[in-house]
Amino acid sequence: MIRARNLPFVATVVIFFAAYALCAAQFPNMLSWRVAGNLLTDNAFLGIAAVGMTFVILSGGIDLSVGSVIAFTSVLVAVLIRAGVHPALAFGLALVLSTGFGALMGLTIHALKMPAFVVTLAGMFLARGAAFLISTDSVPIGHPFLRTLKGLFISLPDKGKLSFLAMLMLAAFAIGVVLAHRTRFGANVYALGGSPQSAELMGVPIRRTTVQLYAFSGFMAGLAGLAYTLYTSAGYSLATVGVELDAIAAVVVGGTLLTGGSGLVLGTLFGVLIQGLIQTYIVFDGTLSSWWTKIVVGILLFSFIVLQRLILLVSERRGAARSARG
Amino acid sequence: MRDELLTARGIDKSFYGVKVLDGVDFTLHGAEIHALLGENGAGKSTLVKILTGAYRRDAGHMALVGAEVEPRSVAEAQALGIGTVYQEVNLLDNLTVAENLYLGRQPRRMGLVDHRRMRRDAAALLARYGIAADPDETLSHYSVAVRQIIAIARAVDLSGKVLFLDEPTASLDAREVQALFTVLKQLRDQGLGIVIITHFLDQVYQIADRVTVLRNGRMVGSRAIAELPRRDLVALMLGRDLAEATAHRAAGDAPLAAPDTPAAFQFTDYGKRGSIAPFDLAIRPGEVVGIAGLLGSGRTETARLMFGIDRPDSGSAMVDGLPVALTSPEAAIAQGFGMCPEERKTDGIVGDLSLRQNIVLALQARRGWACPVPRREADAIAARYIKALDIRPPDPDRPIKFLSGGNQQKAILARWLATDPRLLILDEPTRGIDIGAHAEIIALIQQLRADGMALVVISSEIEELVAYATRVIVLSDRHHIRELTGDQISAQSIVAAMALPGDLPAEGAA
Repeated sequence: MIRARNLPFVATVVIFFAAYALCAAQFPNMLSWRVAGNLLTDNAFLGIAAVGMTFVILSGGIDLSVGSVIAFTSVLVAVLIRAGVHPALAFGLALVLSTGFGALMGLTIHALKMPAFVVTLAGMFLARGAAFLISTDSVPIGHPFLRTLKGLFISLPDKGKLSFLAMLMLAAFAIGVVLAHRTRFGANVYALGGSPQSAELMGVPIRRTTVQLYAFSGFMAGLAGLAYTLYTSAGYSLATVGVELDAIAAVVVGGTLLTGGSGLVLGTLFGVLIQGLIQTYIVFDGTLSSWWTKIVVGILLFSFIVLQRLILLVSERRGAARSARG
Repeated sequence: MRDELLTARGIDKSFYGVKVLDGVDFTLHGAEIHALLGENGAGKSTLVKILTGAYRRDAGHMALVGAEVEPRSVAEAQALGIGTVYQEVNLLDNLTVAENLYLGRQPRRMGLVDHRRMRRDAAALLARYGIAADPDETLSHYSVAVRQIIAIARAVDLSGKVLFLDEPTASLDAREVQALFTVLKQLRDQGLGIVIITHFLDQVYQIADRVTVLRNGRMVGSRAIAELPRRDLVALMLGRDLAEATAHRAAGDAPLAAPDTPAAFQFTDYGKRGSIAPFDLAIRPGEVVGIAGLLGSGRTETARLMFGIDRPDSGSAMVDGLPVALTSPEAAIAQGFGMCPEERKTDGIVGDLSLRQNIVLALQARRGWACPVPRREADAIAARYIKALDIRPPDPDRPIKFLSGGNQQKAILARWLATDPRLLILDEPTRGIDIGAHAEIIALIQQLRADGMALVVISSEIEELVAYATRVIVLSDRHHIRELTGDQISAQSIVAAMALPGDLPAEGAA
């Protein structure tokens, strides 16, 4: 039997495969390894950022700085590489900076008892501003190391490729799944999202967990920035505006409760893939405006919020009936 | 003598210069269920918070198995062996049963949480408590009763020497209470010392081995339950000797309306599960119905139900012989009801608004937002009631939070009087106000009654009820158990009725 808490996740998976089947019925070419591989590659940076966002939302928080941090890391890395720094070193520096930035936001949220919304909003402006400060132009990059990375792939049947970016995203999800479901840190994140007061009384280290949480989101945003740089072979401070909102949408469509405490990291992967699938469909169709992605995502988001509310109501009703009988 | 498990000697605690605990002694033996009793404000919860590490004591000693201890946090007390289960079960509804039991101490294998072992341990632990909850199911899936036992299982597993339970039965029905008591007795027989705070005297006699009573921050008695008849226990809690309690009826005259006048307000079989058992109550104009009962007996619940704050799930209400649906305070106000709540700080006053604004608030609410009360009218109303009730300082523009408790209480009374209610419900109108204001409010209640208003007054001041009530309803364990009228009303008869067990069918107590 499917437990009530996993119902949104199951719904997401069912919707994804049903939608894929519908697309494939109309455009049989969509049912190919090549399209599947591209689906993963094209959405890699969004998926990586969404892993971090899942943790933040599970804890009952939000991280609005993600899109800006992606832009910041991509510009920083591009400028550093152009200045002659080895890409590996630039990547390392970018990840340290973005992780530290996240940790600082987490610390601020905890110490000042401020809503995550406000603190990360400030973080969003800060990171975007810092990106502009480095360069306002699109900075193209080319480096043998980058070409090597992009050249790494696993061949799939019928000319399909599982690119380095796709593997990076899948690895990020794998790490996210283990962290969320197999470590004390993960349990603490869920506890925080359930009720910070109860969590504290049960001995959850609130401060440490909050800092780790936003540091993790910062790290994932940084990693997403690197993926974006590899993907576009450039750094641009105006890029990825609003990607945090796409990430939030992926998390919620993936079945995570926006108020925190319930959801699965794996669900977010399907949330990302649903968004990518709609885009792919629009490309295949050729006549539809790309804004249809937003419209469909909007409808999906809305239906998921309603679904979660209904599940909550039904389980409350059942709980009440149980205690009345008991 | 059995070994003393947890002892406290001469515990003092003050908040903002007010002494809340004054030299309190408390002794808990091993293998004992010890009930800690006292009325509101007696200092029970403060004492428990000190003993469980949530507060620091100002003075006194505390020892666990003979060794002096000073827990500085709940976690530290837990590590020493003192566990607590709070009134609102402090678990996480969104986690699984097993995660709730082992949060923060999950078994690990190679750095990762070992779910299989955690599930197995959880199932084994719960089996000892006789509940077959699926360790993998979300906690919210289970009833409050099961969650309570899970919370106890966690606390005992974590601590293992002393268990504090704050109002554990407050939201359980009769059967669930029995299941909980079975678990507690089993734990006691294993040698655990259990302290239980409750307001249900029936349950005290059913489960406790020993009782300690606090009153006004002092320990007034600690006895074995077998040596303490119910009447003596109630007398101890209320702080009066039954023999010397003398009736003094100042205004015990018959109601102004003849007894055969039809009741203007009639409640029939009115009740709500888990809150107050169905009751019948008819109130005539010119009558003061007093409601007496110990804390937790259902006094405030009765008022909330009558005023439409809670919805009844049985019975009907009639005003002037016509059925009405009191589904919200708004509906009740439309029927001419008014109510001054017990917690005036949180439920009554709007601290930052001026005295005048607080007074016209209910009148404004009754008229609707589209018809603002004109400033001149508001001035007139405020001036009238400030004068009539002698609210000091008589400055209508002063934010009400700067007024004393007694004057705030008068302002809330003024608020409802301004709406010209036909039935006024007062919940503890004299709590926390000084003697002078006290007398004025009592005089005002008598004045309103003489003017033909119907009043329902809840009070723990028994003398006060004797002074102004034309009828007294006595509540016990969420049932209206006794109605006293005329000459029957005396402090003695009220206390005696309060001590009666609410021996009623088990399912009725749900």
